[in-house]
Amino acid sequence: MLSIKNLHASIEDKPILRGLDLDVKPGEVHAIMGPNGSGKSTLSYVLAGKEDYEVTDGSATLDGEDLFAMEADERAAAGLFLAFQYPLEIPGVATMTFLKAALNAQRRARGEGDLPTPQFMKLVREKADGLGISTDMLKRGLNVGFSGGEKKRNEILQMALLEPKLCVLDETDSGLDIDALKVVSEGVNALRAKNRSFVVITHYQRLLDHIRPDIVHVMAKGRIVRTGGPELAHELEARGYADYVGEAAA
Amino acid sequence: MPAVQETVARVREIDVDQYKYGFVTDIESDRAEKGLSEDTVRFISAKKGEPEWMLEWRLDAYRRWRTMVEPDWARVDYPPIAYDELYYYSAPKSTPGPKTLDEVDPELLRTYEKLGIPLREQEVLAGVEQRRVAVDAVFDSVSVATTFKKELAAAGVIFCPISEAIREHPELVKKYLGSVVPTSDNFFATLNSAVFSDGSFVYVPKGVRCPMELSTYFRINERNTGQFERTLIIADEGSYVSYLEGCTAPMRDENQLHAAVVELVALDDAEIKYSTVQNWYPGDAEGKGGIYNFVTKRGDCRGRNSKISWTQVETGSAITWKYPSCILRGDNSRGEFYSIAISNGRQQVDSGTKMIHLGKNTTSKIISKGISAGRSQNTYRGLVSAHRKATNARNFTNCDSLLIGEQCGAHTVPYLEAKTSTAVFEHEATTSKISDDQKFYCQQRGLSEEEAVALIVNGFVKDVLQQLPMEFAVEAQKLISISLEGSVG
Repeated sequence: MLSIKNLHASIEDKPILRGLDLDVKPGEVHAIMGPNGSGKSTLSYVLAGKEDYEVTDGSATLDGEDLFAMEADERAAAGLFLAFQYPLEIPGVATMTFLKAALNAQRRARGEGDLPTPQFMKLVREKADGLGISTDMLKRGLNVGFSGGEKKRNEILQMALLEPKLCVLDETDSGLDIDALKVVSEGVNALRAKNRSFVVITHYQRLLDHIRPDIVHVMAKGRIVRTGGPELAHELEARGYADYVGEAAA
Repeated sequence: MPAVQETVARVREIDVDQYKYGFVTDIESDRAEKGLSEDTVRFISAKKGEPEWMLEWRLDAYRRWRTMVEPDWARVDYPPIAYDELYYYSAPKSTPGPKTLDEVDPELLRTYEKLGIPLREQEVLAGVEQRRVAVDAVFDSVSVATTFKKELAAAGVIFCPISEAIREHPELVKKYLGSVVPTSDNFFATLNSAVFSDGSFVYVPKGVRCPMELSTYFRINERNTGQFERTLIIADEGSYVSYLEGCTAPMRDENQLHAAVVELVALDDAEIKYSTVQNWYPGDAEGKGGIYNFVTKRGDCRGRNSKISWTQVETGSAITWKYPSCILRGDNSRGEFYSIAISNGRQQVDSGTKMIHLGKNTTSKIISKGISAGRSQNTYRGLVSAHRKATNARNFTNCDSLLIGEQCGAHTVPYLEAKTSTAVFEHEATTSKISDDQKFYCQQRGLSEEEAVALIVNGFVKDVLQQLPMEFAVEAQKLISISLEGSVG
């Protein structure tokens, strides 16, 4: 599904990713944990195609397609979805309008026609109900005045609607209380499927109690420095990241 | 259905054949000598078959204009206009137009296509010559006006070219023309008073609610009213009218200087809603060849409880100098101004409004959304004033600017004058940029960069778009996207 080889990337000539390798197979859930400043969020931005980041070496493919040869919107249409740590607000654009614009843009990019409005409305209602998102919220400006929990639920709603192949969740647990965390995690779990993979980026282990990973990686100084099973997350929770900061720096 | 298509549909309902032979128009009609003199004014007046009093009115304006100086306080920059080198009255087709659509600027055609304008209308808008007679048979003002007029006449509404009103309804024209924008008002309005070519006249009698939005069709039809348009709308006691001006499609126009005057009069309990979409040629990438648009628009809430509302979407012209205003003379009268002004490329916009509170308990509301992109300059200039007798005058102003890119400018120049302590004026202003993060967020969901910008801008202007009649709003939304093309990347 996702194959990253020797990835180097920098921002304003400052190297952040320094030789990162990652291989995610269809249906797998990978967690990437690591201390602040290890380059976790950078990885998500580089994969999604944010302009400020420059890929200086290495490759990344999604189902064999070269991600770095595509614009951000083309990567989205190819099936890459990034759930933002801080979802952006767009005043005056109703959430429903945004969802429709996004879905139809992707459908057009794939050579499918626009989804007729009645079908679209039905689809959104279905998905929104499962996440406890009210009709009123769908009418409001995108993320404007939404609570932290509402914003994250809205991210998951978009994920559910767009049906991506690969979902990257960037610190989705930040700013969530335990109830919101449960709703969001259930939403993600409902989307787990044989042909859909997840990369869950998080600082804390608690998210992984709700979204159970198959594989856990530790990232430090722009590289994957250790890989293991779910037990690795617990070890990190107990011991902290101090070991890894030292190791990578050496 | 977009208004242009609706227009075509409506026109098709009219039996075109009966007019087929009436439209071999004499398009080679003469034009006035170059330059402006009393003789030019007499020539224009004679061409229009005007009565003596109208000629005198024009001459009076002309003599005043000769003593006036072009204003220079607006934040716009353009080379001096050689007024004596211009033609002030010319035939519709003074220079040959393109023979077929193949000869028309492909950029223009691409825009028509995006707006969903049918081929035949594209030819009209682009001024293609070959089809002229046939097209006239479909779009001739006389035939269509006849059909619409029947419906309007049944309601007692007068809607006709102002040149016709001068001949047919002199008592109304004499009473109201120049009563809101006097001939001495300002340099451009005075020039217009001397040489105005044509325009619309509307009179809605007492207690009548005008049965249709005026102009859906006429937006295309009045293409030859020329550079000095004059419009006068009178809503008598207790009446209501909604008037739409302009066209979302960019039109070919040989005249660089446009100086229109619009006067609105609302008597007791009357309401006028005036909506404009302006999309004239903005010039090339360097700003050359675009239209200079110097407009004086003013509404007089003359009666008690009267209401005038201006809504404008300004996307075209190289230079826009325009301040649709309300004089709130009647007690309890209300003025509104909703504006979207978009500038891109080298465009310069200096636009805003004036709300002059004279009567008691008068209220006004200003919502202005300026969007600057490219290397354009966009200024909001607004005056809110309350006379000392205007007790309890209230104004709310919200003035937002959105910047796209690094090389454009947005400026806000509000003037507030309250001569009564009971006046309450509120002013809110914001300036923001479309952030790269917002764009990236949209792109990550599958929108292209241009789609992302258009979506964000449409959200920004939503409050104003909502004020437009439905079909106009849909067109305006598309137009906004088109206007911003090339503003990113």
